[in-house]
Parts: sequence; structure tokens; C-alpha cells
Amino acid sequence: MDYGFTEEQKMVQELARKIAVEKALPIRAELDETGKFPWEVVKALAEANLTGIHIDEKYGGIGGGTLEYCIATEELSTICGGIALAFAATGLGTMPIILFGTDEQKQKYLPDIAAGKKLAAFGLTEANAGSDAGGMQTTAKKDGDYFILNGTKQWITNGGEAEIYSVIAITDRKKGARGASAFILEKNMPGFTFGKKENKMGIRASATSELVFQDCKVHKSQMLGREGMGFIVAMKTLDRTRPGIAAQAVGIAQGALNEALKYSRQREQFGAKISTFQAVQHLLADMATQVEAARCLVYAAARSIDSGSQETSKMSAMCKLFASDTAMKVTTDAVQVFGGYGYMKEYPVEKMMRDAKITQIYEGTNQIQRNVIALELIKELAAKK
Amino acid sequence: MNIVVCIKQVPGTTQVKINPETNTLIREGVESIINPFDENAIEAALQLRDKHGGKVTVITMGPPQAVNALKDTIALGVDEAILVSDRAFAGSDTWATSYTLASTIRKIGTFDLVICGKQAIDGDTAQVGPGVSEFLNIPQVTFAVGVEINNSVMKVNRLLEETNEIVEVKLPALITVVKQMNTPRMPSFKGKMKAKSAVIPTWGAKDINAEDGKIGQKGSPTSVVKIFTPPPKGGGEILSGSVDEMVDSLVKTLRDRKVC
Amino acid sequence: MGIKVINDKCIGCKLCIPACPLGAIKVENRKAIIDLDKCNLCGACPSSCKFNAIEITKEDVHVVDKSRYKNIWVFAEQYEGDVHPVVIELLGEGRKLAKDLGVELCALLLGDADIEKETKELIEYGADKVYMATAPELKHYTTLPYSTVISNMIRQHKPEIVLFGATTTGRDLASRVAARINAGLTADCTGLAIDKETKLLMQTRPAFGGNIMATIICKNHRPQMSTVRPKVFKKAVPDHSRKGQVIKSTPKIDQSDLLVRIVDMIKDATVKVNLAEAEIIVSGGRGLQAPENFKLVEELAGVIGGAVGASRATVDAGWISSHHQVGQTGKTVCPKLYIAVGISGAIQHLAGMGSSDIIVAINKDPDAPIFKVATYGIVGDLFEVVPKLTRKLKEVRG
Repeated sequence: MDYGFTEEQKMVQELARKIAVEKALPIRAELDETGKFPWEVVKALAEANLTGIHIDEKYGGIGGGTLEYCIATEELSTICGGIALAFAATGLGTMPIILFGTDEQKQKYLPDIAAGKKLAAFGLTEANAGSDAGGMQTTAKKDGDYFILNGTKQWITNGGEAEIYSVIAITDRKKGARGASAFILEKNMPGFTFGKKENKMGIRASATSELVFQDCKVHKSQMLGREGMGFIVAMKTLDRTRPGIAAQAVGIAQGALNEALKYSRQREQFGAKISTFQAVQHLLADMATQVEAARCLVYAAARSIDSGSQETSKMSAMCKLFASDTAMKVTTDAVQVFGGYGYMKEYPVEKMMRDAKITQIYEGTNQIQRNVIALELIKELAAKK
Repeated sequence: MNIVVCIKQVPGTTQVKINPETNTLIREGVESIINPFDENAIEAALQLRDKHGGKVTVITMGPPQAVNALKDTIALGVDEAILVSDRAFAGSDTWATSYTLASTIRKIGTFDLVICGKQAIDGDTAQVGPGVSEFLNIPQVTFAVGVEINNSVMKVNRLLEETNEIVEVKLPALITVVKQMNTPRMPSFKGKMKAKSAVIPTWGAKDINAEDGKIGQKGSPTSVVKIFTPPPKGGGEILSGSVDEMVDSLVKTLRDRKVC
Repeated sequence: MGIKVINDKCIGCKLCIPACPLGAIKVENRKAIIDLDKCNLCGACPSSCKFNAIEITKEDVHVVDKSRYKNIWVFAEQYEGDVHPVVIELLGEGRKLAKDLGVELCALLLGDADIEKETKELIEYGADKVYMATAPELKHYTTLPYSTVISNMIRQHKPEIVLFGATTTGRDLASRVAARINAGLTADCTGLAIDKETKLLMQTRPAFGGNIMATIICKNHRPQMSTVRPKVFKKAVPDHSRKGQVIKSTPKIDQSDLLVRIVDMIKDATVKVNLAEAEIIVSGGRGLQAPENFKLVEELAGVIGGAVGASRATVDAGWISSHHQVGQTGKTVCPKLYIAVGISGAIQHLAGMGSSDIIVAINKDPDAPIFKVATYGIVGDLFEVVPKLTRKLKEVRG
């Protein structure tokens, strides 16, 4: 199907697909088992310039936008959602710098990320602050020209492997919504350590750990934007990167669909290939339609953001909601098509089902997405009156 | 360092199937690729250039569409690419091909090292590398799995059947490389953009000062008289007789079919 | 000169289209049209046309007096004084060719003074003459000294055919020599024969990774040279009473040929055979009954130079390491010969080896699914069949 990609977007897709098939496919099962980090894939992405996909050419990137980022994430996720996350989460960790960084900050950090020499991560979530980000407890206390950070971030993707961290911390609790600020932190800064690496249900090739700050002293030049802009930084970042996670979900779903289709053409029961059974055909048809619809919604949201539109929250939420629910349904159905074999770890679909679940939870749970969409609908209606 | 790499564009699959009714080849999707061993050759050249500085030029002798393979090498990071193409080259066997490539390299001018892949996956001869060396009158080191250069002296690790042979030779020289030499890098986005707008010249027989009697079919000592498909697998023949009879029959069949 | 479609004969049946490896043929108005920009005169399409409607014409330019070239030479590759086994195979096949042509079979032996002792063996295996060239610099093979000496000897003695083993040395050497003396060289031959009419050497060899076979001739250039795939031809039978002539020479090696210096030789005691690339695989399954019985599989594999594979059941049972597992969740292999010993042939195993060229199955259960995909099946007790098979193969291979 023709999605109206430009030549450059087609190049991105070709490169990402080549890397996914040649580098990620041979190791995905092993990484799911061991939880080892996919450095070889990162190296290939760096060689292909994809690590700089959304970084301006001025800083060594290739100046792509949200759609390019989604295309690459989707291709990688079709093979492995976990491996794709090393790439996608760096995008998330880099976005605050891209949106709010000064030229010096960009010069300092973006070239190494673009070159694939360093990965990035985004530190917002805490044990007591998931959907309720405002309930965060990590503080950044001003001390002359410095801020002292104390607290723990939880479930941070690329935690421990990334060198660069965009972290949100409370600078003045009394100011409420304006009480947090964003900082760029680097691995090995004194007072910044990592907690345990989580043992997850899925996306196991991705590293998830705690970030621990104990009197971590950070110079004010590391602040992103102005003091008090922390929640805005977080919100704007997530709005821009949400389609990327949606793209991950689409990729996972597509990968599962591909496997199920292939299997149905091989498996014989009652003297016929199961792909000839209407029950299976209907299942596959529904799966394919849902994946296609999710993909179109993701691309529409990405294009909307890239066009510079300011009204992207609703689309962003919709595509993430729909794509992740689709991924969960399609991967579950894929396991069903495989029957008993689908339940066995030797076949790839049970992993895809485990991988899909997180897309309904992180980057804003689907319940929060529904809140956002409903509020946007009401806002739009109110504006018309 | 001036490095020249010789590559060949080959059909994208050697998994050629046979149509049992017509006894002809069926290729699924004739996409063309860079000969896999040549990818290792390009990677070796790029690594040497990245380490010692210099220039990598890729050449290929082929039909006009081979320019696409050259564009792919630009995407990998080579500095220059040249297509050597002329109807006069049609029908070249390895002798004529070696002569043509060597003439091209001579036309390019000074070079320190020529790198070729061990063999092409369609012809499978492994003859062109040594042929080119002979026509350039330089030493050859084949089946290289490792290369080090220090002040114009090259140390090569050769992968032989059961041993690794380490040799030393002064540049200029030619090496042919095997798969185990390196892992070819990914093409880059920036490289692909560069390849899109790259100007790749085509040199014909006259441009490389090739002697008429040494190129193409005229210059080829060998020719193909027949191409056929090996006997098809056949299905399930269950042997019969005593164990000794079955074993004898099986061994004879396998030996006749030259599989062991 | 070139290629053309004889329109009167062409009926537009399109058989030639898939035969062309470069996609250079299309059919329009029921006639085949060949795109000369894409065609490289490889010769595949004339063979495919049932109506002889495609013609390739060759202009004969090169002139050499072929009548002055006589006898068949075999390059006696040696390493540290031991003649390579392929040489014995070449002498065996060479004798047949010599007989067909009514000429002598000679061996070409290079080395330092010590190799003289090998001449006896070469004569016993069928060489009528041994051309022996010795020099200290020839002790270990390097390209240029060997190429120069051999090129000079060929120019001097004019053999009509020269055969080399397709070893790393043979391929390295023969291609340099052929380029230097403008001879035709065909690589990796699996079949050699003398055409009764033309008296030319018909050289058959695989291309496209072995998926097609090509027969090559060298019409006007001499000598006709081939490198021959080891372990294809039968070894010559020695005749210890045989006598022959040794023609010695002590060529002077020019400094300009001594450009490559051998610095080290690293012998690898355990030669690892990569399963995915092995040309022959012998696999064992649950039918082996116990881990120690893998020894039967290993012995058979050893005799025919194959790699050892295994079914999932045996790997899971801990009888052999998972590196050997062939199957859907193990390795996918595509060897020329796959021998399945005591393997039932579950679909997961077949997925990993089903595209092997020739599959031999040995199993005591006649209903085992493996027999459905086997090219040759032996229903029997593997404990009887496999040792006998191993022994017989050892015997015929010498």
C-alpha cells in the first residue's frame, strides 16, 4: 500500500527494515531470554545515520520529523518491540533537548546522540507518580548556581545504558503546576546512580531501571527551559513522541500478523491448510484491517505534528490508544492462530503478545488517553459556542 | 592510500528453482545485488581508508544497470565509483574480464592496493582477482581474512583449508577477501542521499585503451557450450534388498551423483 | 558476432525468459527480443530454446597451432613433501583422458630438492613422465615463483591440457598462470571428458551456487586448463611396478618474483565445520537410543567430510550440544547431501533441512515421515546399516 512517502522517507524505511531483518531478527529470541542490551543493533543504526533521525543536520542528524521517527520505529518493532525501544526511548530522552535546549546545550549533547555514540533516556515516572505525574517527589533544591537533586525515578527505559538523561524534578512544590523543572543529567555525575534492572514480562531486550539521585549536584546550565517549566517540558515532549510509541505498537502488531499469516499457510489439519478455514480467514482479515487503521491514524498524527499544527494532543492520544489496543488484540489473535504452538516459547508470537501489553500502559495509560481525548472533545465543542 | 575495489553485480538469488516441466530456471524476483564477497572487499577498503586516510574507488564491469550497484557503494561511503561498460565487453570470460578491469585500473592511475572479493556467487570461479594482478604485474594474496598495513608493507592472514598462513608483501599488491574478514557496515542515510545525486562515469573500451582482441567474446579463451540443470532431487525411492545390497546401491548412486 | 533470435524459428513460447539470469529477454508480438545492453552472452538461453531459435556466433580471432600441443599434465601439489590427495584423483581421471586422446599423462612437481622422493609415487599412480622443477625458493608455495616456473615449462613443453586441484593453492596458481599465458581456465570442474568429434576437453562445472551446471570448452587457446574439485573423481589405483621418466630442471628464481614472504603458518588442530555452510551433513536422531551412539554418526560424517547434525530430541536429551541442532528452532541447512540417521522427520526438523539437494533417510519405521521427503530411503536397523555404509564409503573413496 502506498502511504505517500517521500523518497527520503522510503530510504529511512529501507534502512530500518534492513537493520531489523539483518541485525535484530537473528538475536531477538536470545535477547528476550537473557535481557541483554542490543548494542549491535544500535551500532548498525548509528552506521545508517538513523540514530540522528530527528536531530537537526546542524547537530549531525538528518533532520527528519515525527513521521520518519515513526517509520523507523515501526520497522524495527515489526521484528522486535524490545530492540526497537533502545532506539525509540533515545528519541524520547532527546526530545526535551531538541524542543527546549539552548544552542549550547544542543551543541553539547546532540552530536553524540546523532552519531550513535550515546543513548538518551527520559526520567519522569516515579513509584508514586505514574499517571499522577504531579505527585512526584524527586526534588531539585537550588543552591547558588547549582541544584541538588534527591529522589528516585522508576521504570526508566535505557536506564543504566544511556549516557544522557532528561529528568523532571520538583523545584518549588508551592508553585503547583509551575513547580517542576527539567534538567539534563549525565551518567557518572556524582550522586547519580542506578537501581536494579527490572525483570519484565515483555520488551525484555530493553533496559528498564531506577535512577537514584542522592545529593546529585547539577549546574544551572543543565536546566532545560526556565525554572518551573518542568511539566510543560514533559507534556510537550510526550505529545511529540507519543506517535512513536504508537508506531511501536503498530510494528509489533504487524510482525504478529506476518507470522500468523505465514503459519496459517503451512499448518495442515483435516487435510487442508488452516488458511482455507473461514474462521481463520476472518480472524486474519480483522487483524489486518485493525493494523492498517492503526497505522493510518499514526501517520496522520505524525504528519499533523510535522506540519507544525498546535492542535496535536487529541490525535496523539487517539493514535496511541488505538494502536496499543490493536497490538494487544492482534498479538493475542496471532497466538490463537498458532494454536498450541503459539503458546510455546520456541515460536515468536507469545513474545509479541508479551511485548504488546506495555504499549497500553506506558507513555500515558490508555485510561489517561481517553481522559485527554474526552477533554479535547469538550474543549472543541465549547470553543465553537 | 589509494585503494581500488572491483565489484560485480550479481542476480539476487542463487536459489534458482527448476521448472520441472520445461527444465528451465525460475528466478524469483530478479533483483540484483552486490556480490556478497565484494561487500567484504568494500568494507575492508573503507576500514583501511578510515585508519590510514586516502581514497576508495570502486569499479565494476557490467551492463548499464550495474550503475545501481555502484550507487549502493557510494551509500556505504566510498569516494568514487566508475562503471566500465561497453557492448564490446559482452561474452567476456574471466581472462577478458581480468584484462578489462586491469586496463581500467591502469587508466585510473596510481594505486596502492586493489581489493576483490574471493569469487562471484554466480560464476564461482575466483579467477578474476589473480587475473587482474597478473595484468597489473603486482603480487597477489588470495583468501585474506585479515589485513594490516605499516609503511607500505602489508601483512595478510590467509584462510587456507586447514591452516592460517601469514604473509608479508610490499605494496602495491592485490588481495582477495573471504566472508570471515569483516562484517560489512550498513549503508547510511547521508550516504544514500549522496548516492542519489552522485555522478558515476561510464568508461567504454576506448576510454580504457583496451585492445580489441583481448576483450569481450573475442578475447575469451573459454566459452559455454551448454547450460543444464542437475538432475532433480526426485522423490522417495525406498531401496530394497538385503542391507549389503541397499548399502552398495546407495553408495554407487551417491558416487554417480558426485555428492560424496 | 553476438547473439540473435532466428525469427522464423521463434514461436514466442517464452521458455527463454526465465532462463536468462539477467532478465534480458522479452517476448513481443510472439517473438523473443534480446536486450543487447543487458545480455552478456552467457549462453544460457540457446540451451533453453526447444526450437533452436537463438544463435550465438563467435568470431575466431586467436590463432595458435594446436597440433603442437600434446599430453596431459597434472599439477602435483605438495605440502611439506606430501602430495595432496587430489593429485591422485587427477591422475586417475587424467589417465582416462590420456587414453581417449592417445597421449601421455605427466605430472608437474615443484619444490626443493627433497621432493624427488615423491616422483616414484606419482609414476605408480599413473604418470608416464614427471616434470620436476626444484629450487630452494620453491619449497613452500608462493604465487609468483610457481607461476613463472610453470608458465615457462608450459611454453617449453606445450601440454594440451593442464589439471590442478581446486584447492586454495590450485585456484590461486592456475588463475595466475592462465592469465599470463593466455590460456582458457575453467574452475572447480566436476566433470571432464574428451569430445569424440572435436577432441576438445569438455569441462563441466557448477554455477549459481551449484544450482545449474555449465559445460565449458576452450576452443582455440592452449593449453586447456582446469581446476578440479577435490573428492569428486576416483583415486587412481597404484601399480607399484610401474616405471616412468623423470625430467629434472633447476630453474633460477628471479628476485622480482620473490615479493611475498611467508611469515608464519598457524595449524588449527580442531577444524571447525560450520553447519550452516556444510556441503554434507550426517544427522542423528532419537533412533540412536543413547548418546554414545552418536559416534556412528561422527564416523560416517568423518569418512565423507561432513558435519554432524542432530534432531531437537537428542539436543534436549543432552546427547549433543545445541550447535548441532537442525530444525525450525535450530539451524536451517541446505547441504548437497543430508543423511538422516534414526530421525523420524517431524515437520519442525524438515523445516530446517527440507531444501537439501539429496536426502538419505535411514530409519527402522517404514511410516516415518522422513521417507516422504527422502530422495533415497533405507528402511532398516541403523546399527547395521550405518557401519556398513561407513565401511563401503571408506572403501570406494580409497
